[in-house]
Amino acid sequence: MSEISEEQVAHLANLARIALTPQEISSLTTELDQIVDSIAKVQQVATPDVPATSHPVPLANVFRPDVVGETLTIEEALKNAPEQADNRFKVSAILGEEQ
Amino acid sequence: MADIIRLTAAELSEKLGSREISAVEATQAHLDRIADVDTDVHAFLHVSDSALDTARSIDERRASGEELGPLAGIPLAVKDVLVTTDMPSTSGSRILEGYMSPFDATVVKRSREAGLVLIGKTNMDEFAMGSSTEHSAYGPTRNPWDLGRIPGGSGGGSAAAVAAFEAPLALGSDTGGSIRQPAHVTGTVGVKPTYGAVSRYGAIALASSLDQVGPVTRTVLDAGLLQDVIGGHDPFDSTSLTDIWPSMADAAREGARGDVLKGLKVGVVRELSGEGFQAGVQSRFDETVALLQKQGAEVLEVSAPHFEYAVSAYYLILPAEASSNLAKFDSVRFGMRVQPEGGGTVEQVMAATREAGFGPEVKRRIILGTYALSAGYYDAYYGSAQKVRTLIQRDFDAAFAQVDVLISPSAPTTAFKFGEKLEDPMAMYLNDIATIPANLAGIPGISVPIGLAPEDGLPVGLQIMAPVREDARLYRVGAAIEALLEAQWGSTLISRAPALGGK
Repeated sequence: MSEISEEQVAHLANLARIALTPQEISSLTTELDQIVDSIAKVQQVATPDVPATSHPVPLANVFRPDVVGETLTIEEALKNAPEQADNRFKVSAILGEEQ
Repeated sequence: MADIIRLTAAELSEKLGSREISAVEATQAHLDRIADVDTDVHAFLHVSDSALDTARSIDERRASGEELGPLAGIPLAVKDVLVTTDMPSTSGSRILEGYMSPFDATVVKRSREAGLVLIGKTNMDEFAMGSSTEHSAYGPTRNPWDLGRIPGGSGGGSAAAVAAFEAPLALGSDTGGSIRQPAHVTGTVGVKPTYGAVSRYGAIALASSLDQVGPVTRTVLDAGLLQDVIGGHDPFDSTSLTDIWPSMADAAREGARGDVLKGLKVGVVRELSGEGFQAGVQSRFDETVALLQKQGAEVLEVSAPHFEYAVSAYYLILPAEASSNLAKFDSVRFGMRVQPEGGGTVEQVMAATREAGFGPEVKRRIILGTYALSAGYYDAYYGSAQKVRTLIQRDFDAAFAQVDVLISPSAPTTAFKFGEKLEDPMAMYLNDIATIPANLAGIPGISVPIGLAPEDGLPVGLQIMAPVREDARLYRVGAAIEALLEAQWGSTLISRAPALGGK
């Protein structure tokens, strides 16, 4: 019914930044197809007249004074970083050669 | 002193107050118990090496005449989803192995301020995704009633810790039943408070509109004592309610004393019974209904026609929110980093890290959530699920217009065996059929033990649900039922759990 393809799962994995193996893509395709089939029934009762609920106990305008609150020191903020340099998070190249 | 571990938190509190037992003795007794049984149970991912120091300082403060709160000196196990500055917080995931938070979760901070002694971090399904702890990256927790069976999930570690007398109190989090379903299968008590009643600050988010932190204990009163400590408004959580809450412990005491059941209108949810519910679960539930009627409660059947869509809506909303929440595990600011062979761009490093750091269920749900939020599918799936959420809230509104509380079995079956549902995600998901509606609607729910299923001798829990903000009602009714059943049994249910290896 939902007909999810391996290409689609590979595309989703790319969007979600997970380097799935071909085996994972294949098994996830089967599983997702089954899961989506069984959960697609939400569409049966979700008629246009029903409003959507995003928040179970809605609150409005939750503000705080615009003043500096508790913050982390640079050391605290960086202490779990896999790599750091000059008080900053360090990452590998943003652009690849072909870019 | 072997009996210290058998005391409830309320009993231990009295003995600490009268100096009959010291906080050091109480803490040592539980550390000894962990050393004796946790190789088998595996409730803990980390045991504190500073708990005895904390206990010592509580004893000194008490000796110097300081007025301490009722839970000062009592050991507390903390689900690993809650961040702590003095112990690693992994949320059961490889990607956060060894992560040391620079701050405490609000519930952890409040527990420390109340003098509770943090004894360790408990095991859980990775990022709280699961109903069995089989999805923990660090191996499953085993059910103290039968080590070949699951302790529930995601908070199986917290439930098993209190069921195995490794701690009198624990903290859990409940997104679709992760406190209540483990309580059901381990013969313990678990409460999911009203959404916003307890701060989520410092709880590693799974699905932000569903997650709620709550108590995991062996008695209703103990749960009330713990919710009194952790609950209340927190400016660090923008969804935290500003209500002034009554004492849940007082509500539990009131319930245990008397006749709150007389004239109570109790609704039995028609859709949460029958097909799919194990015979022994259903029979214990039916007996409890009869007991309530005998006590003068007015029991009527109510219908919640949209509950049959709840699991489907949940498995669209949860993965959608989770796929977004888990985007922060990007190998940059914290957590694991894996370099692809031959190096790569930051995006390739990110993808290699997430491939290596996430387990199969997490990947499954991230991909499902990414799918549900994709252009072209958003309205059909995520949008429809949010509408179902409205319909479920309306079902609850209609039901609570007729009754004071709703009841159901807390889960359709007793504890299942390891591996039984691991290969069938939908079968695993359906285990939360009774608990998910409360999360979708934001209402509070409690699971209290009501006996053992005749066919397998395993615990069964009763779920009680109340309208939003009526947490105290759960404690009153839960404590009343607990007192009645224990009077009938002549003991607590948990005292009938098999002895574990150790002393």
